[in-house]
Amino acid sequence: MNLFSWGMYPKIKSNVFSLRDTESLCAYAEKTEEFIPYGNGRSYGDSALADNIVYTKPYNNFLAFDAQEGILECQAGVLLSEILDTLVKRGWFLKVTPGTKLITIGGAIASDVHGKNHHTEGCFSECIEEMTLMLPDGEIKSCKKGDALFHATCGGMGLTGVILSAKISLKKINSKHINQTTIKTKNLKETFEAFEKYKDMPYSVAWIDCLAKDEEIGKCLLMVGDFANDGDLEYKSKKKLTIPFTFPSFALNNLSVKAFNWLYYAKAPNGISKQKVDIDTFFYPLDAIGDWNKIYGSGGFTQYQFILPKESSFDGLKEILGKISASGKGSFLAVLKLYGKANDNYLSFPMEGYSLALDFKIETGLFELLDALDEVVVRHGGRIYLTKDVRVSRETFEQGYPLIETFRTFRKENNMDKKLQSLQSKRVCI
Amino acid sequence: MSYVLIIGAKSDIAKEVARIYAKNGYNLYLAARESASLEELKQDIALRSGVEVVLKEFDITAYETHESFYSSLEEKPLGAIVISGYMTEQKEAQKEWNKTLETINVNYTGAVSILNIIANDFEKERRGFIVGVSSVAGDRGRKANYIYGSAKAAFSAYLSGLRNRLYESGVQVLTVKPGFVHTKMTEHLDLPPKLTASPSEVAEDIFNAQQKGRNVLYTKPIWMVIMLIIKHIPEFLFKKMSI
Repeated sequence: MNLFSWGMYPKIKSNVFSLRDTESLCAYAEKTEEFIPYGNGRSYGDSALADNIVYTKPYNNFLAFDAQEGILECQAGVLLSEILDTLVKRGWFLKVTPGTKLITIGGAIASDVHGKNHHTEGCFSECIEEMTLMLPDGEIKSCKKGDALFHATCGGMGLTGVILSAKISLKKINSKHINQTTIKTKNLKETFEAFEKYKDMPYSVAWIDCLAKDEEIGKCLLMVGDFANDGDLEYKSKKKLTIPFTFPSFALNNLSVKAFNWLYYAKAPNGISKQKVDIDTFFYPLDAIGDWNKIYGSGGFTQYQFILPKESSFDGLKEILGKISASGKGSFLAVLKLYGKANDNYLSFPMEGYSLALDFKIETGLFELLDALDEVVVRHGGRIYLTKDVRVSRETFEQGYPLIETFRTFRKENNMDKKLQSLQSKRVCI
Repeated sequence: MSYVLIIGAKSDIAKEVARIYAKNGYNLYLAARESASLEELKQDIALRSGVEVVLKEFDITAYETHESFYSSLEEKPLGAIVISGYMTEQKEAQKEWNKTLETINVNYTGAVSILNIIANDFEKERRGFIVGVSSVAGDRGRKANYIYGSAKAAFSAYLSGLRNRLYESGVQVLTVKPGFVHTKMTEHLDLPPKLTASPSEVAEDIFNAQQKGRNVLYTKPIWMVIMLIIKHIPEFLFKKMSI
């Protein structure tokens, strides 16, 4: 069938095998030359694209829940949203969640996703007590933190096996609300100072205005927050708006310009303002708009996300924001965040420093611009996020991930490198 | 809370229908052949929703067992949803009588057999709802799958008559006509994404339509328009077409 990921680029033809039980998966793995697992298709680029894919979403049963410890065991196709639908009202939330709840548990592990609390809680792998995979030779194996298989699989982009199930440790909450503080800054220096000032807040993220020029480069709205304590756990997932057709891209920029300006000038008139918002508004604002990826038109888009070590973040970001602003490409809004320390996983993206993410419509000249940005990222010791990527070169990728050889060797030694391949893994030769 | 009986509980659509009724507080009877294989789903639903789930052995083509099956349900259900379906390759069904017969029996005869029993009970109790999952394929016979389509056409006609009969007793009958759905049954087909629903979308549509007391549901809704056009193509043209 026709297959693509969230960026709708590239679009390819794939043979799909739906995961329903381990017996048929074992037979499939034996007879299929090459394949890659595919969850809910929310990675942006070609990480989960290949001629043959194992569609894991139908494999989605809850297996056990320990209500004392807050540990859920479930199959890999369960969506984060299903966990929230079931457990928020009982006072549990994900320890780590990315900006969409529409991803599978398997995808969250394979991308070792992170969220607004990376600086305090780390990546998704932090909450995995144990997980089970099927290796490409059909063997079913469990692993936990400390095992090489665990550190290769978390962030391993599905290249170590098909994740079958996991035990996830959850966070106790006493409200579906978040007390949010919004801070307005005038330039990159003020933005960095604000991140440092509020680094003890569990959740933080900033929207950067990418059109700002000269002195105003790096002007942002920083949003920080923590769960309220009002005992109100009546969580109900919001109804989605849907976008029934693809948009011309100026529409998006106009919308986001309006949203940003409204917030910037109206909501935080004195520099700082406070709001009480719910889980969906705070963590998953874009999930409220069904297929927002269609907004970039049928040619698709990509998200460019990189991270720079803290010491070079200021200079690097200034240079990159300057280049983006001068190019006239890119979304008006970008997401900036200060991350905590890196973990021991071979290919996890986060490191201590600042990460910036922004969307680009796929068009002529774009990849040349991104290559030029790559050069700045590499020069400052940074790296690119594979989960968002569709075009990075092998050289750029390798320079950003010092443990790549460990990962390659692990794959070879365990006979994973032949069977498990995606378009992305072939491009960057993982 | 009351029970809902799901007949043919092993399909992808049934799994999602079960989950959505459970999420809304209904207890479930899940009826299927080899129902023990539904243990995992039972556990899943219990964890997600905390409702009662009872697995029931049921063979839709073993008509003689249907009376005793229904009387074995300790608490009679408030609603019954028939999802059983069997689709074989049209070309195989043309060649092999057994496959044609199986198609007719699962999609029509068996459904009628169990629904006759349920309808009599609901009519007497003057309450309840019946949902039958038919298909857009039943709206007009096409050479590509008219054996399956004709069985579904018969089922749609049955449901229409049943709705007419039970109206006075206050029993709702909903005919569901899915178009393309991503399921085990259609995995090998190259389906157009805009016209193809996921099992959970179909389940949500069924639940909402049933709760609103609707009569006929096309899912996705676009299929109502498509079938309206297909039904109105004059026969002298239609017989020459390949759609």
